[in-house]
Amino acid sequence: MNKARSNPLNTFAMHGALILYTLIALFPVFVILINSFKTRKAIFREPLALPDADSFSLIGYQTVMKQGDFFLYFQNSMIVTVASLTLVLLFGAMAAYALSEYKFRGSTLLGLYLALGIMIPIRIGTVAILEMMVASGLVNTLWALILVYTAQGLPLAVFILSEFMKQVSDDLKNAGRIDGLSEYTIFFRLVLPLVRPAMATVAVFNMIPIWNDLWFPLILAPAEETKTLTLGSQVFIGQFVTNWNAVLSALSLAILPVLVLYMIFSRQLIRGITSGAVK
Amino acid sequence: MSRPSQSGTPQTVAQAGAMAAAAPQAAAAAAPATKKRRRPHLHVVVFLAPAVLIYTAVMIFPLFNTLRLALYTRIDQERVWAGLANFQTLFFDPIWSEQFWNALGNNFWFFLVHMLVQNPIGIALAALLSHPRLRFAALYRSAIFIPTILSFVIVGFAWKLILSPIWGIAPSMLDAVGLKSLFAPWLGKEEYALTTLALISVWQFVGIPMMLIYAALLSIPEEVLEAGEIDGITGFAAFWKIKLPLILPSIGIISILTFVGNFNAFDLIYASQGALAGPDFSTDILGTFMYRTFFGFQLQLGDPHMGSAIASAMFAIILVGVCIYLFGIQTRMRRYQL
Repeated sequence: MNKARSNPLNTFAMHGALILYTLIALFPVFVILINSFKTRKAIFREPLALPDADSFSLIGYQTVMKQGDFFLYFQNSMIVTVASLTLVLLFGAMAAYALSEYKFRGSTLLGLYLALGIMIPIRIGTVAILEMMVASGLVNTLWALILVYTAQGLPLAVFILSEFMKQVSDDLKNAGRIDGLSEYTIFFRLVLPLVRPAMATVAVFNMIPIWNDLWFPLILAPAEETKTLTLGSQVFIGQFVTNWNAVLSALSLAILPVLVLYMIFSRQLIRGITSGAVK
Repeated sequence: MSRPSQSGTPQTVAQAGAMAAAAPQAAAAAAPATKKRRRPHLHVVVFLAPAVLIYTAVMIFPLFNTLRLALYTRIDQERVWAGLANFQTLFFDPIWSEQFWNALGNNFWFFLVHMLVQNPIGIALAALLSHPRLRFAALYRSAIFIPTILSFVIVGFAWKLILSPIWGIAPSMLDAVGLKSLFAPWLGKEEYALTTLALISVWQFVGIPMMLIYAALLSIPEEVLEAGEIDGITGFAAFWKIKLPLILPSIGIISILTFVGNFNAFDLIYASQGALAGPDFSTDILGTFMYRTFFGFQLQLGDPHMGSAIASAMFAIILVGVCIYLFGIQTRMRRYQL
């Protein structure tokens, strides 16, 4: 065994550096969370202390529950995220299958056309998107957001999924064809179940940007009944900027769902990134 | 799933964009040999139609429509052709050009801070994490990635509170290490605000370069490192002389991702400083400038045509950056067959 690679002093220094950075990464989240459970006085007197019997208070959460419609915002965010992900996965997988399974005139060109959107942010087209949504009456509906996020997620989904679909054995598909299955059945019954891990990776990659987006909710659906959680907390905090209890509680409520999602999916997410998503 | 054997297969999702340029040759070469080339059947059309339609209608068409709208202007509620007049106004009319160049300059500084701080820290963390036999690596990795999953709204406000002189967390922490004199209301001072925001954004996104580099480092075969060890190259030297050259392609990808992300940024500035990107526009970047222009703010009415002109400029900048990367860097970079 090599000495330089297992020197205890090195190991110690490495852990020291990593712990330090982990603290830097988690500190702000920690401060927000603990202070959201304190009285106003305690927030200012001892910002770094944990809430105890004396300083514990839920006044901030009460204000948030009374003043802001966080359940509605949460529901909107849920609908938009789930619907967009479903459409991205379904349509993305269908297109990826067509591109990887059938070769036809222009298929390479079509693949390139769909890949264009990986590098070009959809936000550049916002002015025309807004104009289109106003013209079609979709502005201030969740559909506007769902359509935009679907379009935004498709290029990468098609790219990743078609890499995976190329690896599905031809023999399997041909066996299905000999048994008289239609192309649709082959896709839905044979191919889709085999690329499920890739679908999960695509879903996790798309989920966080959609959930966290502020730009499109702000521009396309700012109405009270279509606010997403991100926009809703932004507006709420803007209005209650001097009410520290309410602001801290609103922040904590906004952190919570993402944190829960992350804990459920972090393994998938990290495996997706580190395994190269394309394996 | 089998491991991709040829170097052309993308290693990371992020590489996807980079690979787009290399795709045509590869696909063209592979196509005739392996797949049967036929006329599209109905089911092919059915499979492709939804994705192509939504993508074209909601992404590609508005993109070009925005570029087109930049060439018009509104006079008395009528849309009239204006040629390049909007761009002339944007670049040369003192009222507009001052804001535009300010935003562009700020944006470059924003990008530079990310390149100089975020990516080196990301690489360093990845190098530590990829060390064999390091315990708790998964735990560190997951914890350090947490800021990346939070929304800009949360990050912006959380840091605004922490740095606020009213609450006093930052000053009292500096006081604890005897550096209280260094404290200033960083987000409120023109000379510091932009850099502070850039560093907050670095704090948030350091997880992305960390993960991508980590993946690249893991893919370096053990034999290569062992061969170096036999020649006496270990520790730091091994990192500089063996690992770093091998992960250069990933660093290139991170740079272009940072570039596109930064020149398209908006949310953090808007969430913490508002649409006016205060103090006195010192944190204004192209995203906030475009938002203000096309959506309007306070008493100024929104102007979709000037907004489109700014969007077109952003499009051009991003396109130039991506092209420099694809043709200038990516094709020249030496790739090692691992």
